[in-house]
Amino acid sequence: MKNKIVRLVTTAAVMLGVGLSSFTSVKAGEDNYTYVYDYWEDVQDSPDAYTVARVFDFGALGLDRNLMAPESLYVNGSKVYLCDTGNNRILLFDRPSSDELILEKEIKGIKGAEPETFNAPSDVSVDEEGYIYIADRENHRILKADQDLNYVMEFTRPSDQAIDAGMDFKPDKIVADTAGRIYCEASGINKGLLKFENDGVFSGFVGATRVSYNFTDYLWKRFASQEQRAQMTSFVPTEYDNLYLDREGFIYAVSGGLKEEDLKNETVDAVRKLNMMGSDILVRNGDYPVFGDLYWGGGGGITGPSYFKDVTVLDNDIYICLDQNRGRLFGYDDQGRMVYAFGGNGNQAGYFRKPVSIEHMDNDLLVLDQQDCTVTLFIPTHYGQLIYDAMAHFDVGEYDEAQACWEEVKMLNGNYSLAYIGIGRSLLRKGQYRESMDYFEVKYDDENYSRAYAQYRKQWIREHIITIILILVVLAVIPLTIGKIFALKEEIDNADIFKLRRRQENQTE
Amino acid sequence: MAKTRTYQKEESKEEKRARRREWFAHWGKTMKFGFYCLTHPLDGFWKLTHEHRGSYAAANTILFLAIFTRIIKLKYTSFLFLNVYWEDVNIFLYIASILFPLSLWVVGNWALTTLFDGKGRLGDVYMGTCYGMLPYPVIQLPLMIVSNFVTIEEGQFYSVLSVLSLVWCLILIICGMGQIHAYSAGKTILFTIASIAAVLVMIFLLMIFFSMVTQGIGYFISLGRELMYRM
Repeated sequence: MKNKIVRLVTTAAVMLGVGLSSFTSVKAGEDNYTYVYDYWEDVQDSPDAYTVARVFDFGALGLDRNLMAPESLYVNGSKVYLCDTGNNRILLFDRPSSDELILEKEIKGIKGAEPETFNAPSDVSVDEEGYIYIADRENHRILKADQDLNYVMEFTRPSDQAIDAGMDFKPDKIVADTAGRIYCEASGINKGLLKFENDGVFSGFVGATRVSYNFTDYLWKRFASQEQRAQMTSFVPTEYDNLYLDREGFIYAVSGGLKEEDLKNETVDAVRKLNMMGSDILVRNGDYPVFGDLYWGGGGGITGPSYFKDVTVLDNDIYICLDQNRGRLFGYDDQGRMVYAFGGNGNQAGYFRKPVSIEHMDNDLLVLDQQDCTVTLFIPTHYGQLIYDAMAHFDVGEYDEAQACWEEVKMLNGNYSLAYIGIGRSLLRKGQYRESMDYFEVKYDDENYSRAYAQYRKQWIREHIITIILILVVLAVIPLTIGKIFALKEEIDNADIFKLRRRQENQTE
Repeated sequence: MAKTRTYQKEESKEEKRARRREWFAHWGKTMKFGFYCLTHPLDGFWKLTHEHRGSYAAANTILFLAIFTRIIKLKYTSFLFLNVYWEDVNIFLYIASILFPLSLWVVGNWALTTLFDGKGRLGDVYMGTCYGMLPYPVIQLPLMIVSNFVTIEEGQFYSVLSVLSLVWCLILIICGMGQIHAYSAGKTILFTIASIAAVLVMIFLLMIFFSMVTQGIGYFISLGRELMYRM
């Protein structure tokens, strides 16, 4: 009896232990701060490409009053503009040294404008001549001011039918190009970016996003009545979330909030690079699409794809997208291959609660968190700097230096596809085709491999042309001679003399 | 009753060698006949069983070649055309991916046709199907070698030839099936579809069988465990 109880208790304990251990193992999944995806879309941990230099809260920024729902950062030279949307002011900072932001000016209005003060300013842009453009959202206008903040002109609601009658013009994000034209993303408008000429005339929409539709929905719609159709969701393009004008004058536009199935089917783009005509010219040569995380599981209670809220483009054409969903930053190179991904949701330095805006100053990154009301300053680590150096060397044709940098990156991160491909491309440019092929093969870069192989094959044939011809000649000659020999043998066999002798031999037998 | 033992007559070395040579000659001839079947599916498959021009040895060889090709291809095809995630490769699954459908097809086809005056026996169906798989190694092996000497732009032919090898196999197997059972064209197509249905039914039954067996075993295990606790 006692024995039985003991046995029961031990089994219960063992079962409880098994149950507990399975609970704890769920929690054990600890993810690294920085990672990339490899060719097989497996997560590969990576050394940190960026490190937090400083987190600026309102004390560090030197403010008398905390920020309230800030929406945007804008960097111009060493100046940083911060739209403190909730407090209806724009803050201008200077960055004299690496980890300092000194408040220079608090802009509360533009002299000569009507009204002078802002109402929910949501974005700032500065053109080459130094004119400041301010998206003054709740005043339904975009203000243009000179350096001394005197009113110059304003861009208001387009007068034609471009915007639906019942809808207000609410400029959200703006960029000003070199000619003083304004590209504006306004809330509630999904026809693309509004383009204003420098004289304030609205000249049309640019770069509407692709419309994706579900085929079964489409079929249903064909058979539905007018009333039923009105009930259904209509196929409309999604709004952009933000835009950035790169140094060449191309506009990078991101849209978050895309549907999972559309992203999976690649019928929508999270990031687009628009040329002057408004068509998308983003290069997508990566092993997977440019939409941030590939796995959308519910880690930490967060589901769904990455929500790209903002984008910034470094001078070496690496663009960094800010994911509001998981608080991560995704860097892509000019070929659309992921360079690094890092960040997360949380309260530590380098983690975010609701990041809304990203800007860069050289290779340093500034990220604005709307909920924490902080600005986080990231500076590249040795590893990150090596990647940038390698790309810079490669772009100017210093292939030896580029290769050396990539070799060092490879030493730091042996799982990094870009390092192998970078070494391969340097070797390819230097004419070492055979060696470069190995590097491309390791990381499954078929296009570069083919390029190298075509050259290598040409070279090989040129070097071995004599051997090849000799072999061909031999191959042609051997069957001929064999045929000749057989013919000769037959002729000899059938010659009269031998026939005679054979007959004689038979007779003697 | 006295035990009687029959001893096989001791073969001389010469005889053994001659027998072996003969066997190889027959094997060679029947293998060669497979290539005749490639280009003459109707005529070839008729002669294969009705005139005993094929052999099981050759059929097994072709089957082995097909499986061998399927596996060796993973390693030696250029990465431009075939990328393998080696962590997930299970070689037995690759072997089964040919053997399992083959056995289902052979059994299913024979079981049906034997009821509807098909002339072929189970072995004949097996032999015919194996002979029908010959285009797979014949095309895929050289393709695998050539794939290493082209660039991706020149590689357009790869997928075309790959598909061709499978389509050719399919045509041969269907033609062969009709000829072996001496069926008309319409009946051949009908019984191809019926055999596929039979294969599906067999898969269904196997799945039920295995799930029942697992449940049954699970029942007895839990019964035994319960008894052990009670005692």
